[in-house]
Amino acid sequence: MNMKQRLILGTRKGVMVLDRESNGWRLSQHGQSGIPVPFAFCDARNATMWASLDHGHWGPKLARSKDAGKTWEDVPAPKYPEGALVKEGKPAALEYIWYIAPGPARRPNRMYLGTNPGGLFQSDDGGNTFALVEALWNQPSRMTGWFGGGRDTPGIHSLFTDPRNPDRTLIAISCAGVFETLDDGKSWTHRNKGLRADFLPDPSSEIGQDPHFMMACAANPDVLWQQNHCGIFRSEDGAKNWTDISESAGPARFGFAVAAHAKDPKTAWVVPGKSDQERTTIDGALFVCRTQDGGKTWQKQTKGLPQQLAYDLVYRHALDIAGDALAFGSTTGNLFFSPDGGENWTTVANYLPPIYSVRFAEF
Amino acid sequence: MARIRLTKHLQRFFPGLGEEVHADANTVRELIRVLDAKYPGFGHYVIDEQGAVRKHVNIFVNDMAVLDRTGLSDALGPNDEVFILQALSGG
Repeated sequence: MNMKQRLILGTRKGVMVLDRESNGWRLSQHGQSGIPVPFAFCDARNATMWASLDHGHWGPKLARSKDAGKTWEDVPAPKYPEGALVKEGKPAALEYIWYIAPGPARRPNRMYLGTNPGGLFQSDDGGNTFALVEALWNQPSRMTGWFGGGRDTPGIHSLFTDPRNPDRTLIAISCAGVFETLDDGKSWTHRNKGLRADFLPDPSSEIGQDPHFMMACAANPDVLWQQNHCGIFRSEDGAKNWTDISESAGPARFGFAVAAHAKDPKTAWVVPGKSDQERTTIDGALFVCRTQDGGKTWQKQTKGLPQQLAYDLVYRHALDIAGDALAFGSTTGNLFFSPDGGENWTTVANYLPPIYSVRFAEF
Repeated sequence: MARIRLTKHLQRFFPGLGEEVHADANTVRELIRVLDAKYPGFGHYVIDEQGAVRKHVNIFVNDMAVLDRTGLSDALGPNDEVFILQALSGG
């Protein structure tokens, strides 16, 4: 049976589920209406949809749906343990669930939550309960070298589990950098060599880097891509060393999202924005940049995207890839889809709420 | 028994919760615990996991905002009226 494509959006006004039918995209569900949803996705291992909720008043919450978004159930949100401190004198309490990630295929009940103020939470019962990953929280660098970038406190927004080795997980933190565990979370090492933090006295500092999003090539997980605050970086050795692959004169430099081709380790896409000071499109034109040679060169992809009077910004979780298909959503509430690696884009919807996350699924 | 007046917004998450409930408690902290036992999960909507009132939630005892927002030790008498309200925010 041919599976059909589905897009799951986390928006400022709830979760939206759009299904690709023969005559175009159709909204099949709008759940958690009115509630800001920083991130939503479908765990392909068990077809369960997850959404992080950012109630303005009632605190961050977690919800899941086992019927493709028709109904949602609350799942107890993770709790920082009593006595946990962000810094001396400041108790740690959950501020934001920034990312939800499935564990490796060989651990079907494992799930992760990346949160502010900097805690990674792990579940081994399918997400019914979560516990703080203490070894990461207890990193000596956390209280002294991690800090908030755009938010008041550091947050974890990217997580990758190595399909070859379920004990290996990489995460990315704004602002701290990339960390790796090789023993299923018992110990962690920073992996920031080659990154550059222009906002620090020592730009090559191993702690305090600001990855915006990190993604691995599925077929070759030693190849990692990172859209960073200070450029685009790529690693070919599993994050031991990073190389700056930003354009020196062209637009591929600042942005939030990056999408790695699943099979070709030299191909990836970014959606550039104009400098960290301005954070808007470049000259009012919205476009994607693709590299097919590991970042040596970048090509602008504009066909079907607005080239004037567009001021869309694309957040870190709002670009996704499935095979050759790409989709992204913007802070202006526009949603775009490309069936062919970004060569041609179609507008799926305008006038949506601000879009925080876009994730492909199948049904 | 204190009389508790609640914002309607909480009914979305706790459909059984009326706009007015009554409970026996000697402090605001105890009151939240009593309500949480009656409406499981309620407490975590109003206070965080360290016991502090959430930033955009206001609790009043009669017409006074609670003084102890981190420990909720403010005393309650049987004739007190407690208001649990959210501070409104923009679209």
